[in-house]
Amino acid sequence: MSVVLDREERAMLDGQRGRAVQEAMSIIVQMADAIGADELVKVEQAHIDACALMAPSNFDFVSRIVEQGGRVAVPTTLNMVSLDLEHWQELRVPAAFAEEATQIANAYLQLGCIPTWTCAPYQGYLTPRFGQQIAWGESNAVVYANAVLGARTNRYADYMDVCAAVAGRVPNTGLHLHENRRGQILLRLPAVREEAWSSPASWAALGHLIGERLGSRIPVIEGLPIHASTDQLKALGAAAASAGAVAMFHAVGITPEAPDLSTAFHGGPPPETFDVSTDDLRQAWEEMSQAQVGEPVDSIVLGCPHFSYDEFRELAEAIQATSGTVHENVELLVLTSSASFALAQRGGLIDPIRRFGAKIAFDTCLFHSPIVPEEAHVLMTNSGKAAYYAPGELGVRVAFASLDQCVHSAVCGRVQMGGAPWGTS
Amino acid sequence: MGDVVKGHPLVGGVATGEALVSQKPISFWGGVDPQTGEIIDQRHDRCGTSIAGRICFFPAEKGSSTASAVLLELARTHKAPAAIVVVETPPILMLGAMIAQRLYNVSIPVLRVAEHDYGVFTHGQSLRISSDGAIRWEAEKGRDPLPGSPRSDRVT
Repeated sequence: MSVVLDREERAMLDGQRGRAVQEAMSIIVQMADAIGADELVKVEQAHIDACALMAPSNFDFVSRIVEQGGRVAVPTTLNMVSLDLEHWQELRVPAAFAEEATQIANAYLQLGCIPTWTCAPYQGYLTPRFGQQIAWGESNAVVYANAVLGARTNRYADYMDVCAAVAGRVPNTGLHLHENRRGQILLRLPAVREEAWSSPASWAALGHLIGERLGSRIPVIEGLPIHASTDQLKALGAAAASAGAVAMFHAVGITPEAPDLSTAFHGGPPPETFDVSTDDLRQAWEEMSQAQVGEPVDSIVLGCPHFSYDEFRELAEAIQATSGTVHENVELLVLTSSASFALAQRGGLIDPIRRFGAKIAFDTCLFHSPIVPEEAHVLMTNSGKAAYYAPGELGVRVAFASLDQCVHSAVCGRVQMGGAPWGTS
Repeated sequence: MGDVVKGHPLVGGVATGEALVSQKPISFWGGVDPQTGEIIDQRHDRCGTSIAGRICFFPAEKGSSTASAVLLELARTHKAPAAIVVVETPPILMLGAMIAQRLYNVSIPVLRVAEHDYGVFTHGQSLRISSDGAIRWEAEKGRDPLPGSPRSDRVT
């Protein structure tokens, strides 16, 4: 063992704080040694993604921690679970599946976690503060926490998030350390009209490009409109973390560790520069679709990551601007958290969306719960993350488009895509 | 170039198996079927191939933090890779391997090799990994005819 532990950490590892803490600590120490960490760092908050996967091994793991008397040591939110815990019957989820998923969900609650059940915890309860050391799972949430909030977390694996929550420690490496948060490549965007960035889908396409081209490097993006909404930044991060291993980005003038270029690069020059062309952006946008304009659409999914209040408002406005309701051959599904839903309901946004014919699911994910009809061939979405994973996970062809285009397509039952919003270079 | 490549063991163990060699990073969740072990990411260069029982070469991990849970589920059903070899340290897959050992007593060694060493392995070779991280070619089968030369198989 090369990692240096303090007295309390040694007590945890020696079993003086209970078996669950001992097991969690032994895994954290093994990881610290494997990746060459000199010490551990205390975390003040955790977000557990491990609750999401419906698999017997998940239940085996969490049951073991529960049986060992495990309790979370820090405030801990929960990612989505493989079931809408309230509406699963309406969503045609088989009872046996629901029972198993509920067992897994309950086991995580027994650890003392907060039942947020959302992949967008940063838009709900317990938002971390700037500079706070946290341990988060869920790739899109990790990017958001680091980039937009300036909190500090690595991309924690499922089950490492549980260990971190139980022990309240992680190896002090990677993005927990200031020096590793420096930008690694400058991305200069082409000058385009600002409306091209009005749709979160444009930000998702940029995120896709960043993930595909940069892997895990930290980009410093120059040229985005500075009045970026949280939903636009969410779309960018989620797509980047799906196509690549991006755990953080800086957007000059927007994100807190990048008030200017020099600060984003910690005072040094950019080690590398990538001049993005409008062709690069258009190609990234087009790469996310396999379906063609005019094809019948079976399923339209919004809310990956989970819909916010503001996204409900935009959807309600798009519905108001169109005449008609969801086509009989189409299922329009909106995924959200119970917290955002409650706000949207108070805001009077849910009724018009339901009258339009949309279904709304809480707590869950289109990839972890059997809520997209198995016979679906063409799935339309404004999410870069959903577009990335749907062909492999659901065996569908994807039509990637803006929210407005998704709403139009829902009414006419066919893919209506206007193409990428950037002009030619 | 000798008959052995020295890898750095990130999660220890020994393994033998046929090499699955990829040039693209992978997300086990969304990229691998947790029931069968087949690669399902249609953008991946080894899409359609099973990782079960193979010594899998991926330059890096990417994507979902649920990859560890997929690896654990594959370990439970004996469909996990025999070993994982990377260029960039993959903490998510390493964690999956660490839990697999504790929960199911299934050993999935994870090794890091230098980038120039990664290129000497070709898809389909029979390999043996020992506990010190050494990777050897098994006799008879599959040794690259020109040691150290650029890869002879082209990724499709």
